[in-house]
Amino acid sequence: MYVSYKWLQDYVDLTGISPEELAEKITRTGIEVEDVEKKGEKLKKIVVGHVLTCEDHPNSDHLHLCQVDIGEEEPVQIVCGAPNVAAGQKVIVAKAGARIAGNVKIKKGKIRGEVSHGMICSLQELGFDGKVVPKEYADGIFVLPEDAEVGADALSLLNLDDAVLELSITANRADCMSMLGVAYETAAIFGKEVKLPEATVSETNEQARDYISVRVESEDSPIYTAKVIKNVKIGPSPLWLQNKLMAAGIRPHNNVVDITNYVLLEYGQPLHAFDYDRFGSKEVLVRKAYEGEKMVTLDGTERTLRQEDLVITNGKEPVALAGVMGGLDSEVKDDTTTILLESAYFNGTSIRRTSRYHGLRSEASSRFERGIDPTRVRQASERAAALIAELAGGEVLEGTVAHEELRVEPVTVQVDRTKINRFLGTDLSIKEVEDMIQKLQFEYTLDNETFVVHIPSRRWDISIPEDMYEEIARIYGYDKIPTTLPVGAQTLGHLTPYQQKRRVVREVLEGAGLLQATTYSLTSKEKFGQFALQPAEPVQLSMPMSEEHAILRDTLIPHLLDSISYNRARKNSDVGLYEIGKVFYGKGAHVQPEEVEHLAVALTGLYVNHPWQGEKVPVDFYTVKGILEALFERLQLAGIRYEKAEIDGMHPGQTAKIYVNDEVVGFLGKVHPTREKEYDVKNVFVFELDLEKLINMKSPFLSYTTIPKFPGITRDIALVVDQTQTAGELKDIIVSAGGKLLKEVNVFDVYVGDKVPENKKSVAFTLKYSDPERTLTDDEVNQVHENVVAALQSAGAELRM
Amino acid sequence: MKERLEELKQEALGKIESSQSLKELNDVRVAYLGKKGPITEVLRGMGKLAPEERPVIGALANEVRAAIQEQIEAKQKILEEKVIAEKLQKESIDITLPGRPIVQGNHHPLTKIIEEAENLFIGLGYTIAEGPEVETDYYNFEALNLPKDHPARDMQDSFYISEELLLRTHTSPMQARTMEKHEGKGPVKIIVPGKVYRRDDDDATHSHQFMQIEGLVVDEGIRMSDLKGTLALFAKKMFGEERDIRYRPSFFPFTEPSVEIDISCKICHGDGCSVCKGTGWIEILGGGMVHPNVLRMSGFDPENYTGFAFGIGVERIAMLRYGIDDIRHFYTNDVRFLKQFSPVESN
Repeated sequence: MYVSYKWLQDYVDLTGISPEELAEKITRTGIEVEDVEKKGEKLKKIVVGHVLTCEDHPNSDHLHLCQVDIGEEEPVQIVCGAPNVAAGQKVIVAKAGARIAGNVKIKKGKIRGEVSHGMICSLQELGFDGKVVPKEYADGIFVLPEDAEVGADALSLLNLDDAVLELSITANRADCMSMLGVAYETAAIFGKEVKLPEATVSETNEQARDYISVRVESEDSPIYTAKVIKNVKIGPSPLWLQNKLMAAGIRPHNNVVDITNYVLLEYGQPLHAFDYDRFGSKEVLVRKAYEGEKMVTLDGTERTLRQEDLVITNGKEPVALAGVMGGLDSEVKDDTTTILLESAYFNGTSIRRTSRYHGLRSEASSRFERGIDPTRVRQASERAAALIAELAGGEVLEGTVAHEELRVEPVTVQVDRTKINRFLGTDLSIKEVEDMIQKLQFEYTLDNETFVVHIPSRRWDISIPEDMYEEIARIYGYDKIPTTLPVGAQTLGHLTPYQQKRRVVREVLEGAGLLQATTYSLTSKEKFGQFALQPAEPVQLSMPMSEEHAILRDTLIPHLLDSISYNRARKNSDVGLYEIGKVFYGKGAHVQPEEVEHLAVALTGLYVNHPWQGEKVPVDFYTVKGILEALFERLQLAGIRYEKAEIDGMHPGQTAKIYVNDEVVGFLGKVHPTREKEYDVKNVFVFELDLEKLINMKSPFLSYTTIPKFPGITRDIALVVDQTQTAGELKDIIVSAGGKLLKEVNVFDVYVGDKVPENKKSVAFTLKYSDPERTLTDDEVNQVHENVVAALQSAGAELRM
Repeated sequence: MKERLEELKQEALGKIESSQSLKELNDVRVAYLGKKGPITEVLRGMGKLAPEERPVIGALANEVRAAIQEQIEAKQKILEEKVIAEKLQKESIDITLPGRPIVQGNHHPLTKIIEEAENLFIGLGYTIAEGPEVETDYYNFEALNLPKDHPARDMQDSFYISEELLLRTHTSPMQARTMEKHEGKGPVKIIVPGKVYRRDDDDATHSHQFMQIEGLVVDEGIRMSDLKGTLALFAKKMFGEERDIRYRPSFFPFTEPSVEIDISCKICHGDGCSVCKGTGWIEILGGGMVHPNVLRMSGFDPENYTGFAFGIGVERIAMLRYGIDDIRHFYTNDVRFLKQFSPVESN
């Protein structure tokens, strides 16, 4: 909503209040003012000129040479290219030295050999948006009324010395989608009176009801009124009216249409003027459209209607899409003489649906959608009729033909001082509260500390005490309310064990050098199911915005690969990312899907890069496994097992499922080269875990283990085994043969090459034996160690000497 | 014999003096003090001396021996120090070369903001609630006083999965879910960080997915001043003590009264610039007193209980605090972006 500062003064005295102050106060009191525009601020030396003569420019086929009286001693010559310039016009002249919109300076100069002492201006050249310039002047200069005084300041004539406040109106304050609404708001803020516009119509003896009848067949039109005005003379509106409309962002058309828009802005009540003679009947019938029924709206578009669209008909066919836009056939034109003036109350929801469906938003629809004041339906109609009589010479027929079903119930809200203060945390006195209710111009009765407030119909957003608390708080000033913290029962702030452990998970991963990534939850059909351990039912959007974001993800890895690819394209070659996020398993369209928090990492490039000392360690399977092992240790998880596995999109030779106590919790490995190609990445190692499963496993209090007092004995053992034999299997054999004395087994060498037979490899272990109670003897250890060797040999391993 | 000893002493001391290395010195020691050395020889020849001369020569021999020993030790110390000095000299390095890089990861900037908020509110006695990202129409809208035909729940603005299910458009559904769990008994004090989704085309300032932190306090005697105090604390924590705060009335269907909070612009300090669109103020969050309908629907009696709620856009906070100009950075994970948020901050 654009509010002209000058126009607002028709209703409230703003003496001593600057537009900026007004904007700041309105913002702090409840309606955000997004901008204060002063179009004329940067313009200068722009005056009214009188075109005395207008001839063709000798050296051009479209320019004109004009002699223009600009109120100086001699007329000046101005070269003008506008097609509509003509002798006798009063025009806007930017004199030599003037500044027009866009900070353009006008200088005296020669155009194609002819001197030009300035410029005849269009409205766009003064900063008006082309959309609000009257159509006849949209492609040329603007022609001022004949009575414009030559040499006078054109800026004030066009209200360019005005300031326009752009209000961002929230859904609850639709009452401020009118000048009167803003006037009441302003009056409340500054403690002023509101001057209401006058609407006295002198009616003729002819009865409106003899010309028109109204029938309503839908509940979505609880009030419909019609007036008839004869003998109007269609023409342009006076400049003051056009100025006001343009400031509000509405293009002037002709006097009658302009008046309906003017009253719409003033009262917030949409009106529509039909050409009575083209209406097609003497009956208004408001009904729902027939499915597939067609009509052409004012914008020239043919609309195919649906059953839920409310239409105004002439008893036969639709003549307007109710509350949204009029029909082309009954449009008011230059030759119109009799006006059928509609003022109605339509159901907001119905209007909103129609407006959305047809992609048609208008000043009218945006007001009906949010609700209007039903008591203004007739007031606005009277006001418009009076103005049409005054400005278009019309004769208003007696009476208003109306269908009125809507009963406006009076609303009262009871608030008391103690409750107000308890709610707001203030210490307002009765007098202060009373003063604020008075400023709002609400009627009330006061009994002891209790106010019974009669809410005027213009404030249909207020119905409960909390609404009044807000009114009082904002008039009092939000800034003046104290700042306190809740008192009352103590509560213990804390993280849940899950949240605590999740922070530890982040700590471990970041300690391992990984950056936390965030990617989108919505993915594509192609990516869904990639890298999944088990098939899941997709959770699909019913109306996705794009194929990329159509379905909720079931694994995290695809988007991490996208991120690696994004980095790779930007020459970031060493990347380690982790993400914690939910994956979604569908359970049908009517039940919320299962949401499980997962953790995934993806690494590529070098893990260690210390160039000047020649250390470059690329990421491999064991880097990722090392990170996992560190994580499991921190989470106190035992019973972990890795099992080679084939998983969609993963390298079959370098991928393993991870088990904790025989339960699968995720997998790790290298991404399959084919999949890597699809993502445009190379050598990426990943893991993905069911984080909820991991975190929900027990991690009890720790208990201290005695540091061994007695030295242990270490034995190394090198084995030659089949290449398919895993270190894990060998270790299992060692551990079970080693008994109680064997405390630690570690691989320290793996070798494949010339020194062992083909298809064989050498694996070497360090075994540590110790007893917490005493020092072991060589003999004791030898005995156990021989058992270990024997067990290994019987499993097919040879000792390597 | 006396002369011989004196001669030996002078000779040995001279050789000690001229020794250049520990090895040379050791050779001198072996040569003069060893079992086969000249002093031992002198002592061995004592038998031939007159008995009264023996103790005198013996004493002298020991004296010479001690003198040589002492001198060797002194020289050894000097030579050892020299060796160490040479070694240290050789070991000198270029200390300007860079150190071994310790690869460290860090939180995503959004997590950084969320954890900071969590820590603040935990200190104020809140717990952290988390909820489903696929919500029912009831919890996302209806329980928040957004009845079926409310414009804010238009199909155009939300990602629906079916008639009943949609991606939550805010973290507010957890208000109702948490209150229901409390079965009409306060106090409720939670914040809810999480992902939310809206039908927006992704560009520099819009993202179809973003993060919010919801806050909810319901108890007996909660006042609007408590909301102000809490939000002021948060704003100052996030943006610094020196920033001014402005409270503006606003509208949300689930709060009444509603408020929006602006902070003074860091760039122009309130004079007006392009960042604050000339107003001197930047909007950072919204909130309000929980609407009695919302309390009632979730089992709380508005006669006895009041509450406040607020919602914080995490991306917005991060963008304003760090001067990030494109919201898409949060989701593309360029490592050059992510790494910038490693250092600790405090004000």
